[in-house]
Amino acid sequence: MTSMTRRKFLAATGATAGAMATQGWFPAVLRAQGEPIRIGCPLPLTGPFAALAADMQRGAQLAQDELNAKGGVMGRKVEVLFRDDELKPAVGAQRTKELIENQKVQFVVGGLAAHVQMAINEQTKKSKVLFISTSQSDEISAKPDTSPITFHEALNPTITCRVVGSWVAQNLGKKWWIVYADYAWGKQCNAVLQDTLAKQGGTLLGATPYPLGSAEFSAHLPKIQAAKPDVFMNVAPGADNVALHKQLKSFGMDKTMKLAQPLLWISYLKEGGPEVYQDVYGAINWYWELESSIPSAKKFVDASLKKFNIPPGDYGAYAYSGVLEVGRGVELAKSTDSEAVANALRKNPVYDHFKGKQWWRACDNKSMQDMWIVKGRGPGKTKGDWGLMDMVAKVAADEKYDRTCAEKGLA
Amino acid sequence: MDVSLAAVMPQVFTGLVLGMLFVLLAIGLSLIFGLMTVVNFSHGALYMLGAYFTVFLLTYTRSFWVALVMAPLIVGTLGLLMERFLVRRLYGRSPDDPLLLTFGLSLVLIETAKLVWGKIGLTLDPPRELGGAVNLGFMAFPMYRLFVIAVTGVVLIGLWAFLTRTNVGLIIRAGSRDPLMVRALGIDLNRIWLLVFGIGCALAGLAGALAGPMRGAYAEMGVNMVIESFVVIVVGGMGSLLGAVVAGILMGQVVGLTTLFAPKLAEIMVFVVMAVVLLVRPSGIFGEAGLAE
Amino acid sequence: MGSFSRLVSRHQVAAFGVFFAVFPFLMPYKSLASQVLIFGLFALGFNLLYGYTGLLSFGHAAYYGLGAYGTGLTLAKLKVSSLWLGLAAGPVLAVVGAVVIGFFCLRRRGIYFAMLTLAFAQLLYFVAFHLADVTGGDDGLRGIPLLPINILGWKIDLENSLVFYYFSFVIVWLAVAGLRRILDSPFGTVLQAIRENGDRASACGYDVNRVKHLSFVFSAFFAGLAGALDALRLAVVPVESLYWVTSGQVVIMTLLGGAGTFFGPFVGAGTYLVLGDRLAVFTERWPLVIGLIFMAFVLFLPKGIWGTLVDKLPGGQTAEAKP
Repeated sequence: MTSMTRRKFLAATGATAGAMATQGWFPAVLRAQGEPIRIGCPLPLTGPFAALAADMQRGAQLAQDELNAKGGVMGRKVEVLFRDDELKPAVGAQRTKELIENQKVQFVVGGLAAHVQMAINEQTKKSKVLFISTSQSDEISAKPDTSPITFHEALNPTITCRVVGSWVAQNLGKKWWIVYADYAWGKQCNAVLQDTLAKQGGTLLGATPYPLGSAEFSAHLPKIQAAKPDVFMNVAPGADNVALHKQLKSFGMDKTMKLAQPLLWISYLKEGGPEVYQDVYGAINWYWELESSIPSAKKFVDASLKKFNIPPGDYGAYAYSGVLEVGRGVELAKSTDSEAVANALRKNPVYDHFKGKQWWRACDNKSMQDMWIVKGRGPGKTKGDWGLMDMVAKVAADEKYDRTCAEKGLA
Repeated sequence: MDVSLAAVMPQVFTGLVLGMLFVLLAIGLSLIFGLMTVVNFSHGALYMLGAYFTVFLLTYTRSFWVALVMAPLIVGTLGLLMERFLVRRLYGRSPDDPLLLTFGLSLVLIETAKLVWGKIGLTLDPPRELGGAVNLGFMAFPMYRLFVIAVTGVVLIGLWAFLTRTNVGLIIRAGSRDPLMVRALGIDLNRIWLLVFGIGCALAGLAGALAGPMRGAYAEMGVNMVIESFVVIVVGGMGSLLGAVVAGILMGQVVGLTTLFAPKLAEIMVFVVMAVVLLVRPSGIFGEAGLAE
Repeated sequence: MGSFSRLVSRHQVAAFGVFFAVFPFLMPYKSLASQVLIFGLFALGFNLLYGYTGLLSFGHAAYYGLGAYGTGLTLAKLKVSSLWLGLAAGPVLAVVGAVVIGFFCLRRRGIYFAMLTLAFAQLLYFVAFHLADVTGGDDGLRGIPLLPINILGWKIDLENSLVFYYFSFVIVWLAVAGLRRILDSPFGTVLQAIRENGDRASACGYDVNRVKHLSFVFSAFFAGLAGALDALRLAVVPVESLYWVTSGQVVIMTLLGGAGTFFGPFVGAGTYLVLGDRLAVFTERWPLVIGLIFMAFVLFLPKGIWGTLVDKLPGGQTAEAKP
């Protein structure tokens, strides 16, 4: 009894009151028994992608609830601890360190934006903690960034652009103009799109880079209009994407060519509105209207409507799946050791949490999954607040859409 | 490399629009700096608020014209309050202190904007009357951007008239050159400083209001602008209003043309020009040697 | 109390050593302690230029960033096998940067100087952003190995957070001792004379320009060393290291702690980082809170926490405590 009191006393006199106020401060005696399984979840809760992060937070919470409703994992409660990484790599690394060293999380799920993910990944690799990354990046599943305990749940630019590129070239037209943001994601998409177009026998009329965040396109548009492409590829992220579409419309270019982009994010469809996104084609990993055809989708959508009153979004689904996969891995491995869980997931790679069959590819821990080509619904055609897209085609999962293991440096 | 007129001219015009925004911001900064030796770091945040207030007013009054007039006035009033209750406390202390204070203020304003209007940013459309493109013969140019050029021109003429033809304007110009003498003549500089601060901030708000329909409103939109506006002042000459105008237009062209010919260098070019000017003519094109030394 | 504070002020370097030797045990986690040490060093460098020489640099992220990239590139890209060499490369690159940038910026004074330093830092940021093949661009420079070091035949692995802390502690302690030497030297006295009245110092025959340049370079050295250590700590160099936000952070830390005081930078870094770390768990509004706190300090507590404390204590530091 005395030693426990002293331990408590030392903990209490640690220079920070906050240490006690954070979640997960249990008296030492409880710590010994059914200690919860803690999953760290760094997300850009503040910053330009806060809406996506909020979606991810909801997804992770739904997964946590689902696991705990079944009595937890291995009889232990699951706790997801959220931290704001401010979309900054240094902060992401710092919060990950805090989660690992201070909160003793056994797993990390999360990260939005490539540069933050990779900073988080450096920390989880060092501390030998399993990391399931939930956002787009080509590098995270390849050498030198990847590791046996780095898993990638989300799509990457290669897969996305090969899928979109092939479908658009086959269905919308083979003469393209690409406008892309001059940073990692934009450049990767541009390169893959051009390559895919060439393989489909198409012609690239032009590719125009622009500085990220400076959405000034009016000088380029007349030239593009004059070149008469079949398809205009909009490789601008976030608010730039909305701005580019608006400017295209103001030049009347939506009437003379087809508009496409690698991804249609539902949050931006909501923000930009049906007028802006009418008849714009893109790919998506998941969309809530899939509930009518996929049972696991329905389960997910119902849970979200019940708890939050809104359907889950594309990125929320990644977080949901990531947390559930941690649960599944721990059950399979009968352990919370990250290496054991990673091996268990590789041994039993197939899963289905919200969209049908997915599986982990053995060499790079990449989640292979179905995709859909979607199209924005125009004004008057939307259904409620969130029925903003038409499903046009399904593209079944296929490892050929990603780089080969050899290409990633992992034979 | 496509150097035909058809490729270059649109970029010249786009550069002119950007230049006009630079001019509005630089003049505001320069007025405040020239008279009070205060660098208002929150100028960028005020630009941002100009855009946000325009969106806000548009939703309430449904009239773009009302929003365009009112938003800068609101920002200008904010500027008056800032000077009276915050910056004024720092006169007589180290000249670095107002810069530090306004830096802190800009953080607070940016975070408050996120608190009030959300973190994603808002989109804003130009009014119907100004939508669409105008055929200028060699190219079609969006009408709204021509409007921005026109409005800035009118405001600049008005400002010039105010500074050269009114008594207050005279005092402001005299105060920029020799504040000690103006005080010695018994003129209450406090009132003048308040007014100048307000005008400078209102100009920043106007720039933001004009920029809103082109670029949308988002919390961080002002910071890069204030840094680049400062570069404009360095190039044009600290405290010189003509310098601010010439350099603003020049820098707009630099950005526009670099985006066309060497897009990777677009963001860097303004700083390179600044470095060259510092080497060759340290006080700026129209600056006077010894000013702000 | 008075004699204790006199003791501390006479043996500042030793006091620093004693306090920071036990510091990691006062922090909720070791990595936070390392971060405080590193940013304290960054602020120390900034303080040399601002607090002691009177030159406000708004672009000090440039030297922190150059330090981080210097070390990062040496270890990750050039694959140098000695950690010491990698660590040294950072401050060296920062010093080179300071010589070049100082040449441009020190031609002007006051807030003009401040904004110029900011402009040059932004320039470096965009260069690093676009030189993606070299720096990793906006993905950051990853894969910086934390090589073990060899001391007297013993191989020490730095991966453990506590071990890394003590490694950084020794280096920062040496830097702090170095700063004390600089300040105690004739050069140090001239620095402070310039802060008080540059024209008078000039009239006394001192080469003010040369002194300012040297101060700038020393300041960049400390900032670069901080960046180098941080590159090792994070295993990545994010491009944001060069962004104006980072420059702003070190200004806030120094002012919070107390510009122109010896311990101010560390007090400020500690307060800012620990407060931020703990508050970030509760609220997303931390940047708003720190902005308001900072403004309050500029208006009402310009001497900062340590500076005000030192003024109030009997027998505290005297000659240095002038913001």
